[in-house]
Amino acid sequence: MSFLADMQISMIVLCSGLGLILTGLWGILTQRNIIRMIIGFSLLDTGIHMVMVSIGYVTGGTAPIINDAVPMAEVASRIVDPVPSALVLTAIVIGLGVTAVMLSFAVRMYRARRTLMIDEFTESKW
Amino acid sequence: MIKRLIIFLMLALVAMIFVHLAANYSENTSLSKLGRYYAEKGPQEIGAANLVTAVVVTYRGLDTLGEVTVLFISAAGVGLLLRRTRRKQDDEDLEQGDRAEETTGVHKPASEIVETATELLLPMVILFGIYVFLNGHLSPGGGFQGGAIIASGTMFLLLALPESHISRLMIALTESLSGFSYVVIGVLGVIMAGGFLDNRIMGLGAYGTLFSAGAIPLIYTLVGLKVGFELSAVLDRFRKDDTGPL
Repeated sequence: MSFLADMQISMIVLCSGLGLILTGLWGILTQRNIIRMIIGFSLLDTGIHMVMVSIGYVTGGTAPIINDAVPMAEVASRIVDPVPSALVLTAIVIGLGVTAVMLSFAVRMYRARRTLMIDEFTESKW
Repeated sequence: MIKRLIIFLMLALVAMIFVHLAANYSENTSLSKLGRYYAEKGPQEIGAANLVTAVVVTYRGLDTLGEVTVLFISAAGVGLLLRRTRRKQDDEDLEQGDRAEETTGVHKPASEIVETATELLLPMVILFGIYVFLNGHLSPGGGFQGGAIIASGTMFLLLALPESHISRLMIALTESLSGFSYVVIGVLGVIMAGGFLDNRIMGLGAYGTLFSAGAIPLIYTLVGLKVGFELSAVLDRFRKDDTGPL
């Protein structure tokens, strides 16, 4: 356990994020069910968000919101980088849009073939 | 077998890159140059206590406009893909599916407890969403988060009372009007202040109060309404008995 205690908090977030990216890629490449592939994409998204957030972390920093806990005078030394947080906010919303479109494609494909297994869609195979 | 081997090899290579990245990672001990600029100049220039909001709505406002556009396009795409086509064969397919679902008993009306709780909680959920986007410049929150909470209220409604009717016309009107006003505010920034989506078209107000940070609460209200209604429309499209374009 001392190994974990020595680890920096952003390192843990970074490693979990990278692990999620790998899991997502594995899911996208190996699963035959379309819904499972979409879940793989969501995992990949989440992993990338975690990596981005961990890169923006500053040792001992807190949320970039100025209030009683973070007085204006020492703001630059007390907060984490606001730019990656803003980027992740954008990325989450775009990921949601992409997932919605993928799911509606899945609905269309199910309507066409009555199945969600990708092997049934032979015309898109090369 | 070959396929599996290739996939395994690829993942192993990606994992190697990641291990390298993680091994050479060291935590930042100070802000980046850009982050420092935003932290030091943001409160005076923008007047928002939440610096992420300052970055999202003003410094990178154009990105956010693009983000809203992407969300709009994806909502439109979902609408297009899940539209009920008038072709006879599709209709027959759908009816077959509907009948299959009916016989398996998917549709069971919600109990009275669920219905009453929905009627009681739904206004509160929506009110909380409005609170979140109105306080986007002061606390963690903002237009996208508030919009998502409003859409979760819609989800709640659709789960508990699946037969309830949501007006497509109202959704389309609110969405287009708020999107249009967002762009108008952006253009007003060019005319009256420093540039596109500049929030200083209104007075900055007293720092840290609800009516401060110039046009940010207004922009976030529009974004919140747009996102909330857009996501509600997406959820509504995923219902089984989807009919007509509006």
